[in-house]
This record gives sequence, structure tokens and C-alpha cells, in this order.
Amino acid sequence: MSTASVSLPAWINYGVIPLLNLVLAFFFSGLVVWAIGENPFEALQLLLIGALGRGEGIGFTLFYTTSFIFTGLSVAVAIHAGLFNIGSEGQAYLGGLGAALVALSLDHYVPWYVTMPFAVIGAALFGAACAAIPAWLQAKRGSHIVITTIMFNFIVSSLMNYVLVRLLIVPGKMAPETRTFLEGGQLPKLDWLIALFGGRLGAAPLNFSFLIALVMCFLVWVLIWRTKLGYEMRTLGISPSAASYAGIRYAKIVMITMLISGGLAGMMALNPVMGASARLQIEFVGGAGFVGIAVSLMGRNHPAGIILAALLFGILYQGGAELSFDMPRITRDMIVVIQGMVILFAGALEYMLRPAIVRLYQQVTGK
Amino acid sequence: MSLDSPKEPAIELVGIDKKFGAVHANRNINLTVAKGSIHGIIGENGAGKSTLMSILYGFYHADQGEIRIFGKPVAIRDSQTAIASGIGMVHQHFMLVENFTVLENVMLGAEGGQLLRKGVATARKELKRLEDDYGLEVDPDAVIEELPVGSQQRVEILKALYRGAEILILDEPTGVLTPAEADHLFKVLRVLRDQGKTIILITHKLREIMAITDTVSVMRRGEMVATRRTAETTVEELAELMVGRRVLLRVEKGGANPGKVLLSVRNLTVKDSRGVTMVDDVSFDVRAGEIVGIAGVAGNGQSELLEAIAGIRKPASGEIFIDGQPAAGIDPAGLRDLGLAHIPEDRHHMGLVLKFEEYENSILGYHRDERYGRGAMLDLDAIRKDAEEKIAKYDIRPPNARLRTANFSGGNQQKIVVAREIERDPKMLIIGQPTRGVDIGAIEFIHKRIIEMRDAGKAVLLVSVELDEIRSLSDRILVMFAGKVVGEKSGEAGEQTLGLMMAGIAA
Repeated sequence: MSTASVSLPAWINYGVIPLLNLVLAFFFSGLVVWAIGENPFEALQLLLIGALGRGEGIGFTLFYTTSFIFTGLSVAVAIHAGLFNIGSEGQAYLGGLGAALVALSLDHYVPWYVTMPFAVIGAALFGAACAAIPAWLQAKRGSHIVITTIMFNFIVSSLMNYVLVRLLIVPGKMAPETRTFLEGGQLPKLDWLIALFGGRLGAAPLNFSFLIALVMCFLVWVLIWRTKLGYEMRTLGISPSAASYAGIRYAKIVMITMLISGGLAGMMALNPVMGASARLQIEFVGGAGFVGIAVSLMGRNHPAGIILAALLFGILYQGGAELSFDMPRITRDMIVVIQGMVILFAGALEYMLRPAIVRLYQQVTGK
Repeated sequence: MSLDSPKEPAIELVGIDKKFGAVHANRNINLTVAKGSIHGIIGENGAGKSTLMSILYGFYHADQGEIRIFGKPVAIRDSQTAIASGIGMVHQHFMLVENFTVLENVMLGAEGGQLLRKGVATARKELKRLEDDYGLEVDPDAVIEELPVGSQQRVEILKALYRGAEILILDEPTGVLTPAEADHLFKVLRVLRDQGKTIILITHKLREIMAITDTVSVMRRGEMVATRRTAETTVEELAELMVGRRVLLRVEKGGANPGKVLLSVRNLTVKDSRGVTMVDDVSFDVRAGEIVGIAGVAGNGQSELLEAIAGIRKPASGEIFIDGQPAAGIDPAGLRDLGLAHIPEDRHHMGLVLKFEEYENSILGYHRDERYGRGAMLDLDAIRKDAEEKIAKYDIRPPNARLRTANFSGGNQQKIVVAREIERDPKMLIIGQPTRGVDIGAIEFIHKRIIEMRDAGKAVLLVSVELDEIRSLSDRILVMFAGKVVGEKSGEAGEQTLGLMMAGIAA
């Protein structure tokens, strides 16, 4: 019989199954590591120590996690309304411009905590603006959002090239980037958070935007499950015909959802731009928008799951960087292979183990 | 439970038992079906009919029991073995490739080799023979999506016969058919039986059982409670066996007391998404305290008419007035505010979000109401309390507001919709197919609620393809044919008169 309809307890659905998927992902990654002649157990150990061993490693891990939470939330919000936003990458990139313009205009005059709210709004507005045109095309013209958001990634990339190379570059410099923001345009590092656990942040760029990300997780949870708008989004996402029956306006919900989704993606820019490098650099998003798709998928589009999934990818990014440093045969590309395995097993093959687990569960419980 | 049969048995089920978790779907089922007979299986939704047939067709495996086909024990592992044993199934929802031709669909899965050419030639010949033998005429080169539903069903039957089926299982075959198409189907089934095929008909329509079957078995709560020769039983006895208590088959209602006009439709024309005119210059009124039924064969514009009145589909021209106010072009949310409630034809796609928990569906369309939360927020406690009250009042089972809606039976899902729309105390109610796929007990309940609405002075507009339902509920009947209202009759109009009007023959 089909096992898809059998409901399992939450601890199996959200605990056991993801864990087994992760174990499988690491098993196959281990095989790859073994095949190129390195010891997989040693590699795993290096990866974990690199990501979680010292305060600085944790700081880097959480820095990456922050970016992935924002982009993961961005993808998740859209998915709840049945929209697949592949454009978080570009929306985050344009969000960087919003944050940078605020920082550049205010950093001379006010302290960071005054700049921050404006920067959050600026980043969100620019991110939302980037999502607005694909959203409008979907809502009014039926152009598929997947196609248009992908295309906007390229458009934004070119636009930002132009803006950085022609407009915002510091005269006389070669690097296409803005000037360094003064302290009034920077988000403070979270030394105290790591110190709380007895570690030292060192050079790691973990910053205040991590806390903004956590707040956004809570707000997204409220939005989706506790507001009328979230109810309308979920109705539309599951059943467009039921939504039209209920008088839920398709175009309105598509627009609002995509603006929120784009805004969340845009806020991701706060982390690298105002938190880490204190300037707007070319290609600063670095694929975090696409990782957000995997994070949202793995986290079952739920903020709590997204935090965990973002943390996992943070560990892989940071641990992977350390690993490629310690094991020269494991290159950056190898790390991408491992990340790919995680996405494959935890995201794409989500249901591979499920039938077997359902049968086992039924045997054990005797139902 | 079997009748002594002079003929050899085609199917024998011995002690079939199947559990899904805590649900005992089939309990020790024994059933014998004689070769060359039409055997009906009736029972309410959730009685275990479909499970039993799925076991016979290899979708599920019985926990216990034996299946014998033509006297030989068979282990049916999957639908392939079922087909090899001579069992063919016609599903309620057709399993056809819409943009393939009839011939391609019939061949599908039995192409006979890597290259199509030879297979096509043999298939065409075989199809011709089947058509001649059984009177199943369908153009082999017609594309499925362009065929009427009745013909699509014939293709399903041809598919089964093409695979050498000796035993045909039909699951609720008339649910989507017009009366004429159903008659045609019955004719085909009789020919098939007379040629020695064995037919099992699963249905909840008692009239069909009486009309076509030789023997009938009744299932209730997973058990086979009775088997009768159709000639020796009555509709009343079968209904009682199905439900386990006496059932009122005819709704009792007093005379109507029509008041002022609440719904007024003037020269309404509605086009579908392809631009085809589905409702053509229709005008009528519905008064407070009356039920106006719209009869018609499915696809003659009733659905589009309902959707236009409910604000889901924009009319191409014409006017709609609700309680005197112009309402054409207002969206469903605005119409609800005007006092219009809508029980949609298709609860799975419109009336409910099946993935939602019950309480979430209990507010669909009314979720902006302040009583379900102030401002932008939802007050889950208030919503759940409200849902639980409706569950109690409408006897929705299981009484669990946190259960996924998909896990309720069809009748209970419909009760969720009915409770939501009626409990808002609307001025007028428009209803599409109120009892489609709903079991007898719930039909009785829903019909009573509709009449209560009328007696409380609401205007009720009812669309149904079940002529019986229209006749027993309506005070006035409008007949739609090809998008036009072709006539109006009183609620006492005869079936024959209405049938001729529905076919576009008389006015």
C-alpha cells in the first residue's frame, strides 16, 4: 500500500528522518573523500572542529548561518504562497545597495543603532523592489515567477557591476567597491555572545544581524501561522481555486508575498555589507541566495527548521573552508560536492527513506 | 455470506481482513460472485467498498484471507497480476492520457513491442471487434479530452476488455454521467453480462442497484452485512442495511412561503476561459423562503452560472442583484458581506483546503471577520472553539478540529462546508451538488438543513445533476440546456417532463 498518507509522530518526521538523511549524506561524502585517498573520519573531525571547535570557528559558522537564515526565510515565505522564488540571490544583491546607500549617507552623523533601522528598511526595500517586477509579471501577466526571478538575478548582477564600477567606486581605486563605512555605518560584532560560552570571537565577522535574523524567524512564524495574511497565503499556496472561492485576491497576495520574500532576501545584505566588510563589494552574496533554497527545503519551510538547516550549511561552509586548508587534496570544489550530497539526501531525496521507516514504525507499534 | 448459485463462481473472497492502523477497513469479508452476473456492492462512504476492491485489484494486500478467481486461488500482488487473472477496473476518476487518442490510450501498457506500428494495427483490429461485440462505439482516433465523459468511460471499459478482462469492476461509474449516458452504460453492461462477463458495480445509488444488478451485497463499517438477490429486496431494506437504521428517503417539507425577491439575475451571459458562451442571456428571480432548483445535464452552464453569482467568474454581460443591490463584478468576499453564502460544487478544490486542519477550513472565506481575530491577527482559540461548536452541532465525525480535512469522509467534509456557510446566517444560499459523494445518512442531514434555511426565510438556489434531489427539494425548477433556461416547472414536475427538457427536446 502507499505509505505517503500514513502520518508519523513529529519526532520521527522532523527528527529521525532528517538525521538519517544527514547520516547518508555524510556516508556518501565519506566515500568520495576515501576515493581521493584521504581518511573520511579524519576529514569529518577536521570539519567539525573547524566549524565548532573554537570561538572563532563558531563565529564564522554563525556568520554564514545568518545569511542563510535570511535567504531561507525569503524562499520559505514565497513557497507558502505557492511561489518558487529563485531570485533571492539577486534580491539580496540589490538589498546590499539599499543598505550601503543608507550607511554611506548616515555614518558620518549618527551612531550605528540609529543607522541600523534605516539600513534594515533600505535593504528590505531594495530587495523587495527587485522582487516587485517578477511578482507583477506573475500576478498580472502569468509569466512564470521561476523564469523571471532567475533572469532578474542576471539583471541585478549587471546593474550592480555598473553601479559599483561607474558610480560608487572610490575615485582612483581599482577595486569595484564603495568606501569603508565609518563606525556609524557598521553593525557591531557579537563578541559578548561568544564570550558567554567562554570563547573568543577573534577575527570572525559574526555581528548584530544574527539577532535581526532570529527576530525575523519569529516574525515570519507569526506572519504565516498567526495572521490573516498568512492564512490567505497558505490557502493560495495549497489551493488557488479554494482561494478564489474564499475571495482571496490572487494578484494582491502574489505581490505582497513576493515583496516580503524579496525584503527578507534584501536584509541578508546587512550581514556581509554592514556587519563584515563594512563596504559594498562586488558579488558579495556569493551564492547564499541559492543556498537559501536548500535551507528552506531542508527546514520544511518552517522558521525553526530553517534555523537548524542554516546552521548545518554554516557548519559546512566554515568547516569546509578549514578542511580544505588542512587537507590540500580536498579542494573548495570537494566541499561543494559534500554540500551537494547534503542537498541531495536531505532535500531532494527527502522521501526516499520514508516508506521503510513507516513500515518499521508500524511493526514496532503493532498497528 | 453467499447465495447458492447455479452458475460457477467467478470471484470468491474468503475471510478477507484488512487494517489500516487503528481502522479496521475490512472485517472477515466473504463474497461469492457468480460468473455472468452483475453484482452490486453498496455501502456508505468509508464502509470499506473501495478497500475491498483495491485488494481485489492488487493496490492493497489483505492481512488475511484468500481470493479465488474462477475457482483457483490467486495471490494478487499488484494490478499486473490482477489483469493477468482477468480482472479489469474502471475507476471513478478516469486513468486516461487526456491528449492521447482513444487507440493510444487503449494500447497504453500493452503496446506489444518496441515499435508502435505493428501494435497499432493489431490494436485497431481488436478495438473494432470489441466495439462490434459489445456495442461500445467510440472513434478510435478521437482525442480523449475532446470526448464527452460518457465516451471517456467507454474507453476505460474498452481498455479493460482489451487486456482480456473477464471480470469488470466499476467504481461509482455513474457519478459523472448524464441520465442518458448512464442508461447507455447500463445497456453496455447488460450486453457484457449476456456475453458471459462478470461485473461488479460499486455504488451508493440505490436506484442503480435496483435497475441493473442481479445480486447485491451491502457493506457497513468494514463488514459485509447482507447479500440479496436484487429481485427479492427493496430500496428501503437496502438503505436500512447500509445505514443500520431506518432512513427517510423522501425529504419531508411543507409548502413554501415566498417573500420578496432576494436574488435577481438579469440577462446574464457568462463565458468560460476559452471564450465559449456557457451561460446565455439567463434571467430569473429567487425569493426569500423558497428553494429554486436548476436542473440540467452537467456541462450545460450551471457551474458557470453558480460561479458568476458567487463572484468567482466575471460575467460577460448582464446584471445580478442581491437584495436589490447590484452585485455583478463584486468579489466573493464582498458578496459574503452582502449576505450570500455559497456551498460550491467541488468541495475538494473550492470548498475546502484538504491539507488544512478542520478548524482552518471552518473559517475559509470568513477569515477576515473580527470574531476570528482582531485586525491582522488570527485568534486561534476563538476559531477552534467556534469550529468545535459546529462539529458538535453538525455531528461531524471524528469530532476533532485538529484533524487534517483530507482525513474526513466525503460526507463529513461536506458537513464542514455546510456548517460554515449556514451557521453564518446568510440572507441567501447558493448550493452546487450538495450531496455529491456523500453517504445516505449525511444526505438526509444536509437536505434537512437546506429546508430549514428555506423555512427560516432565506432564498436558496440549488444546482444539482441529481434530478431526484432537485425534485425533492425545490419549490420551483428551472431547466438549463446549452446555457439557456429552457423552462420553468413547479417542484412537482414529473421526471419524464424534466428529462425531456434537460435533453433540449421539450420546453
